[in-house]
Amino acid sequence: MKKLILTVMALGLAVPLSAGKVVLEGSTTVLPIAQKAAEVFMKNNPDADLSVRGGGSGVGIASIIDGTCDIANASRAIKPAELEKASKKGRDLKAHVIAMDGISHIVHPSNSVTGLTREQIKQIYTSRVKNWKEIGGPDLKIVVISRDSASGTFEAFSEMVLNKKKVRPDAIMQASNQGIASIVARTPGAIGYVGLGYVTDSVKAISVDGVMPDKNSVLRNKYLISRPLFMYTVGAPQGTIKKFIDFLKSPEGQKIVSEEGFVGLK
Amino acid sequence: MNRRKEKLIKWLFTVTAFASLAFLVGIVLVLFKEALPIFKTVSPKAFLLGQSWYPTAEPPEFGILPLILASLWVTAGALVICVPLGVGSALYLHELAGNKQRAVLKPVIEILASVPSIVYGFFGMVVLAPFLQEAFDLPIGLTAFTTSVILGVMATPTVASIAEDALSYVPRSFREASFAVGADRWQTLTKVIIPAAGSGISTAVILGMSRAIGETMTVLMVAGGSAIIPESIFDPVRPMTAAIAAEMGEAPVGSDHYHALFAIALILFLITFAFNIAAELISRRYRLKLGLSR
Repeated sequence: MKKLILTVMALGLAVPLSAGKVVLEGSTTVLPIAQKAAEVFMKNNPDADLSVRGGGSGVGIASIIDGTCDIANASRAIKPAELEKASKKGRDLKAHVIAMDGISHIVHPSNSVTGLTREQIKQIYTSRVKNWKEIGGPDLKIVVISRDSASGTFEAFSEMVLNKKKVRPDAIMQASNQGIASIVARTPGAIGYVGLGYVTDSVKAISVDGVMPDKNSVLRNKYLISRPLFMYTVGAPQGTIKKFIDFLKSPEGQKIVSEEGFVGLK
Repeated sequence: MNRRKEKLIKWLFTVTAFASLAFLVGIVLVLFKEALPIFKTVSPKAFLLGQSWYPTAEPPEFGILPLILASLWVTAGALVICVPLGVGSALYLHELAGNKQRAVLKPVIEILASVPSIVYGFFGMVVLAPFLQEAFDLPIGLTAFTTSVILGVMATPTVASIAEDALSYVPRSFREASFAVGADRWQTLTKVIIPAAGSGISTAVILGMSRAIGETMTVLMVAGGSAIIPESIFDPVRPMTAAIAAEMGEAPVGSDHYHALFAIALILFLITFAFNIAAELISRRYRLKLGLSR
């Protein structure tokens, strides 16, 4: 009996002493980077235990404030209200820029439109333009696809393209980048927006104000609908968390960033 | 010793019986407490009848009529599918199926009831939506119609299983009496058995409705999510459950948006509560009328 108690105590002590589990949560835009990086990082550091999940930037930040994750992935900067809530709980959140991303506008591959202006996109999303033929495309009803409000991509898009105007109410709302990409891929009249890493052969990215979204144009600040991607930690990171963030910022980590289709910092 | 044991067990069962009541009261209290603050910002009338839902815009708009109508539309659509299918399979199981068929069909229907809703949602998104988009030449396959079809199939086992139980509670003597006065099988079924099981069948339909209106994961995946008042069954919609599930993660605790989502949950709860009361009342009335013990 005594032995059993001792064993249980030893086990109890042993858990916090080991490297511990690091939970990353938040933006679905950052998700593929975080997943791949965690995979490689765990291969290099066998004792590290990282778990990555999506949810949206808002969810990730809410979780790190509540203490249910260790790193919050975000595709937007933290809002003042969130910062205030964090400091009320005694959590001083620190931002780490890990990559750059351009928000790409995508259409069905069969669509003849190859480029739009920001004004035209705004008109589509605020329902002043309803058919592709009004902007030089085929005679086809435009199916507008947007992200739910938990999305950092939605907020960045709303700020940079819509000037915070309301998205038309009949827009299809999706909870993830992948959701938008897969609907656009099978809907001839669709338009949607996703992070650069989600542009594949099954959809067609279009130029905005004459500039195609790609690594070059984002990095040289020519493609204007772009934003940094963040990971937030509580205070200055330590232990495994610090090692992981440093790894992401290292050349090896940044290589993963560009392999996943995003833009490295250098 | 034995008496003490008996007391202890009695006490234990009392606790378990009242636990559900305690949970329900707790849930209702929380719902009201978190929902009511929204009515300081928006009047109940503007909340229920408002036509635009922009909870995160500046200034926000909290009109949930599109969401309520979306829920009612998809539920009504689901009924059109699950009532004939569910009651039909119950009648077949009870009247026509031989013992061997019953032994296969009944468990199969029950398995259908236990398929996780995300599997239905996935099926709807990947198979049914593209199919309907093609078949009806729609701009997009994620519509109220698609949602109704999936919800109808999901609610069918509930309806079938409860309706079948109801049919089996009709005493043999009813049938025998009917045959004895010279009624044929069809007359016996439509004039005697179905009216006698009417309460149970109504309960089945109402519980199927509750199942459909409360379903979340599936509608989140296949309804499309547009907060508009549906004009056609082929419009994408945003039912109440989908709005709560999609937005709760983002809504800062204690904000108007947060309270508005709780208020939607409260209204949803009141709707299903009304459904259940109706089911209970109907079944009681019928039981009295027929003088059945059950």
